[in-house]
Amino acid sequence: MNGRLPWFAISMLVLGYLFLYSPILSLIFYSFNESRLVTVWGGFSTKWYGALMQNDALLSGAWLSVQIAFLTACVAVVLGTLAAFALIRFGNFRGRTLFAGMVTAPLVMPEVITGLSLLLLFVAMEAVLGGPGRGMMTIVIAHATFATAYVTVVVQSRLGQLDMSLEEAAMDLGARPFKVVRVIILPLIWPAMLAGWLLAFTLSFDDLVIATFTSGPGAKTLPMEVFSSVRMGVSPQINALATIFIVVVTTMVVIANQVAFRRRA
Amino acid sequence: MAVGSGGLQDKPWTDPKAQPFIRIEGVSKHFGDVAAVNGVDLNIYRGEFFALLGASGCGKTTLLRMLAGFETPSAGKIFIDGVDMADIPPYRRPVNMMFQSYALFPHMTVGQNVAFGLQQDGVGKAEIAERVAEMLDLVQIRALAKRKPDQLSGGQRQRVALARALVKRPKLVLLDEPLGALDRKLREQTQFELVNIQEKLGMTFVIVTHDQEEAMTMASRVCVMNAGMVEQVGAPAEVYEYPNSRFVADFIGTANLFDGVVTEVSSDQTRVASPDLGGDIVIGGGGAVAKGATVRVMVRPEKIQVMPDGSPDPGFNSAEGIVREIAYLGDVSVYHVELMSGKRVQFTRANLLHTADAPLTWDDRVRFQWHPANGILLVI
Ligand SMILES: Nc1ncnc2c1ncn2[C@@H]1O[C@H](COP(=O)(O)OP(=O)(O)O)[C@@H](O)[C@H]1O
Ligand SMILES: [Mg+2]
Repeated sequence: MNGRLPWFAISMLVLGYLFLYSPILSLIFYSFNESRLVTVWGGFSTKWYGALMQNDALLSGAWLSVQIAFLTACVAVVLGTLAAFALIRFGNFRGRTLFAGMVTAPLVMPEVITGLSLLLLFVAMEAVLGGPGRGMMTIVIAHATFATAYVTVVVQSRLGQLDMSLEEAAMDLGARPFKVVRVIILPLIWPAMLAGWLLAFTLSFDDLVIATFTSGPGAKTLPMEVFSSVRMGVSPQINALATIFIVVVTTMVVIANQVAFRRRA
Repeated sequence: MAVGSGGLQDKPWTDPKAQPFIRIEGVSKHFGDVAAVNGVDLNIYRGEFFALLGASGCGKTTLLRMLAGFETPSAGKIFIDGVDMADIPPYRRPVNMMFQSYALFPHMTVGQNVAFGLQQDGVGKAEIAERVAEMLDLVQIRALAKRKPDQLSGGQRQRVALARALVKRPKLVLLDEPLGALDRKLREQTQFELVNIQEKLGMTFVIVTHDQEEAMTMASRVCVMNAGMVEQVGAPAEVYEYPNSRFVADFIGTANLFDGVVTEVSSDQTRVASPDLGGDIVIGGGGAVAKGATVRVMVRPEKIQVMPDGSPDPGFNSAEGIVREIAYLGDVSVYHVELMSGKRVQFTRANLLHTADAPLTWDDRVRFQWHPANGILLVI
């Protein structure tokens, strides 16, 4: 930053941000469009927000997605944190490489394959065990399998940075192993766990492919709902819904950042 | 040389009836096929300031961690205060450790860090506050109680770690290179403080260091380790003046070594013919070796005197050589002198500017001498 090319640097920055955010801004902008045509400005209106409130299919899809994402994130944080512990703190146990590979495999597995294989599993289970019926629970299980991998990676990197001697020092001063986890390790890794939770929530909320494979007749998540309605033409209601989610997600991330930052300072 | 003898008036290790506080019996620790600690036997007495000294990687930390309970010995037994430590986990040992990395809890303030150990014992709030304050006073960081570790300097962090290891008043305090991260000036000052604190609290300290001066300054006894084994245990002066092996002689201070063969052993002296020196060396005290044995004689550089007029005192060992190198160290200068045999000898002279009676310079021919009592026989 010696100021030799400030204009070049600034214009590249502006272009970069434009590229990233102008679609989102235009989406928000057109959610207040009077016109039914998505790309023609017809004056300011909030009528699509009103229409959205009447659209039971979209709303119930959104509610289902929130529930699934919440459950997925919670399951993934528990399993992912345990897996990270096993990988970082239990030394070179037999089968560690295999375990590490299997935990993180869903990161690189094509979604179609994950979805299809889980569908086959659920169908087989229904035939043999009589359950679980395909619907919300099967989507949660499917999402948890790949979200766990992300949480594991995030928590593992934080745990790996922690000085092992912190735990030894706590034990040396008289803390039982369980207490060490509670008062030393968890307070130091919870920002990573929170980040993992948010990541899992977002990934689950966003997923279309795996949900399509593993859901049953009664369960249509928001992405599935949006996808099928878009095929019949884009309604500005979708813009309104997206705007609401952008606001909610941004607020959540800002709050999470604030909390994490205040605790660290 | 030693600042304090660790608060010990008597020397319990010289008393055959004294009960050792820590007994380490035949302890080994293997990591795969590396023997980090190899058959160590040690007795450490109550109130000692005991230093484990050795080069990096010789197993000091591993031995300390076995005392703290973080490593299980592959063989042997450890007793602390008469109790076998084999099945006792770290959190139930009467031991606190100060870690080489300090291991301060980053999410807690200085005060909370020091209070942590007392909280684990269920000590009452008022008493915790009182004892933490007292401890912070002792290490002179009371004003920093509300800070987090990342807001402290290296020296301040070191004090927090020390306070945290002392606050539970353990019977035994283990310190792993406690001054390793400090700069020289601060380190020297802290050495004295550490000894004072140990004397005041009367605890047993076992300290790990790779710095021989530090060990000599602080410890009541020094244990010199090499490749996982104990080379010699003794008071600092004893280890320095009477090293029992070439390794110890070289590791502690500087040593001039002359190879030779014993030609005469009487009750009060031993005579060694040394081609290195180009003559006979007489050593005070006799009887330790047999005639004909191949030995090595060690003489410390500061024990060698220069004879300006070239005539040695009667009964002294002496030789002649040419000054090849001079290293000026401020308080003293080190001279490297080459003998006829090609052997090089080092000696030191205090730098007394105003009384410099015989200035020595490069290529000067010089005669030097040392008293028979200052030579040490090392059996090869
Ligand atoms: N956990 C471990 N696993 C494998 N080797 C180790 C472990 N801890 C120490 N060692 C090895 O044991 C030897 C002694 O190490 P250490 O006790 O740390 O030495 P020091 O403290 O004297 O520098 C070294 O060779 C080191 O590499
Ligand atoms: Mg070490």
